[in-house]
Amino acid sequence: MNFAVDGKRAFAYTAAHEPDAKKPTVAFVHGAGLDHSSFGLQSRYFGYHGRNVLAVDLPGHGRSEGPPIPTVAGMADWLCKAVTAPRFSIVGHSMGALVALEAAARHPDRVERIALIGVAYPMRVSEEFLSAAQRNDYAAFDMHTIWGHAPQVPLGANPNPGMWMYGDTQARLERLAPGVLHNDLKACHEYADGLDSAAKVKCPALFILGRRDAMTPVKASRQLAEAIEHSTSVVINFSGHSLMAEAPDATLDALIEFLR
Amino acid sequence: MAGPKYPGFDTLALHAGQSPDPATGSRAVPIYQTTSYVFRDTEHAASLFNMERAGHVYSRISNPTVAVLEERIAALEGGVGAIATASGQAALHLAVATLMGAGGHIVASNSLYGGSHNLLGYTLKRFGIDTTFIDPRNMDAWKKSIRPETRLLFGETLGNPGLDVLDIPAVSAIAHEANVPLLVDATFTTPYLMKPFELGADLLYHSATKFLGGHGVAIGGVLVDSGRFDWEASGKFDLLTAPYEGFHGMDFEEESGTRAFLLRARREGARDFGACMAPMTAFQILQGVETLHLRMPRHVESTRRIVAFLKSNAAVQKVIYPELPEHPDHALAKKLLAKGCGAVFSFEIKGGRPAGKTFIESLRVFSHLANVGDAKSLVIHPATTTHYRMSDADLARAGITGGTVRLSIGLEDPADLVEDLDRALKASQR
Repeated sequence: MNFAVDGKRAFAYTAAHEPDAKKPTVAFVHGAGLDHSSFGLQSRYFGYHGRNVLAVDLPGHGRSEGPPIPTVAGMADWLCKAVTAPRFSIVGHSMGALVALEAAARHPDRVERIALIGVAYPMRVSEEFLSAAQRNDYAAFDMHTIWGHAPQVPLGANPNPGMWMYGDTQARLERLAPGVLHNDLKACHEYADGLDSAAKVKCPALFILGRRDAMTPVKASRQLAEAIEHSTSVVINFSGHSLMAEAPDATLDALIEFLR
Repeated sequence: MAGPKYPGFDTLALHAGQSPDPATGSRAVPIYQTTSYVFRDTEHAASLFNMERAGHVYSRISNPTVAVLEERIAALEGGVGAIATASGQAALHLAVATLMGAGGHIVASNSLYGGSHNLLGYTLKRFGIDTTFIDPRNMDAWKKSIRPETRLLFGETLGNPGLDVLDIPAVSAIAHEANVPLLVDATFTTPYLMKPFELGADLLYHSATKFLGGHGVAIGGVLVDSGRFDWEASGKFDLLTAPYEGFHGMDFEEESGTRAFLLRARREGARDFGACMAPMTAFQILQGVETLHLRMPRHVESTRRIVAFLKSNAAVQKVIYPELPEHPDHALAKKLLAKGCGAVFSFEIKGGRPAGKTFIESLRVFSHLANVGDAKSLVIHPATTTHYRMSDADLARAGITGGTVRLSIGLEDPADLVEDLDRALKASQR
């Protein structure tokens, strides 16, 4: 669905359904450098199971017009403008999980539930990664691709038949305008309000974490989980950071249970 | 964190796409010889059918053994994914049928495998898809042949029979300027000798029957997508960017820009045309892929030795191989095919059709048959087989003479191959 936020073109995947005011709404927010298709299977499921789905492309990503937003708080405010439903839940992955957290803290009257997939706080990004992204060096895409999946992924089997997860990540990153990945990584790296925001979150929060996640290891989410009053966690064995692709069914099952 | 590193080609050739079987621990790829898969419950069934969950429904659409081959070839090529098909011809048909219907147009190299030429030049024409064949070395011809209804540019990485090297960087630039993708048949080069996606191609396919299998026991094809072509920005591919009634109103590009082509190819092409690969075939081809990186250097090394032998033989008029300085694509081959120009090539024997016939019948190690890319050395005499109905004048137009012989160099002791050729050449000149 094409729409506008602050006069700029924006896009959200709706699973081929028109918004229906009688249905609950779930927004999906992707990670750094990616787009709405990160949630392909999961967002499609909810769109066909009684929810309004808005899997957004953040500004400067996918089909949404740039420039990208430089801060997590700015992305959270943008999201709350993009979603017009009075109340909604948010499923966020990685950077998108920080956006969900911040949106729940800043707009508690609107956000009903948050699911934080592959999240850590602080979400520090290595100097090597940041600097490669700043130079628009392909090495940044390599780091994103390799560190963004469990070590067994290149030698293992993709649950989605016939697909090569590394190739898909690289192809998506190659579509980015220069500077967008650096913008996102910098926003994650500099996000410093996590614990304060977590303390403000009163809605239920679910953490979905990958046991083999090298980018946001399970233990790196603990501080945040403890700071949110109503939080629960699901740890998925064998998955790395790209949980929606590496463990699509387990991720979906956790979301179904949480958003029931 | 340590610096990131991708697994090497050899490791991917052995592992990509398969973890030890979770049910049995089997290290080898199990042959899932099944047509269908039991659903956990009705909800699970519905979500698999509607693409809300990953998994297998029916082996015409996907199969776990076949999926290993698909993922492995996608990994070796650097694509987003692949679909294995009943043959290389089925892969070409699937690519075309996913991109266009009646009224569509293709610009293709005229230096193609005969089967591809038949499909594009005769059969698809019957279904309203037109093809303009051009000299692949003529960049102006590529450009000038593109029409508003053109949806695809197509060539072979190494053409038939003159081993024209397709200038993929130049032809893909022309394709992209016109907002259409470039598809290449990469059968003769395999991902070991060339990575077409790194050079600018958008889609590729293999006749897996040839070097990927290498053993000559199974017919199959694999269609691979780079995921790099922007269907939405092109504005020419409604089949991928508009809701499709045949699959719940799905807009494939909205689902995923990088996976749109393969989504439609699998959800429509595999479903409706049904030219799928059997699990046993996938297993057999996987056995070949596991040693591709060991076989290809040997194929190339032996080919070079035999090319050198033929070049110096008095019974040989001409040898056509891009590594030779007199080949028109020699410089391009050095740039695009640094690891070698493969193991299939032609030469012309002195004495025309009769000499060619005697030569073929005198060989003992080379097998006379219509295939290439086998571990065993193969030979064919186009003037008495694949092109036997043609007059000498028609043969000349196709770049073939009565004395043209095509060889596919296998993995035997190269000294035995040279001896076999030497004896047959002598016989041909008596």
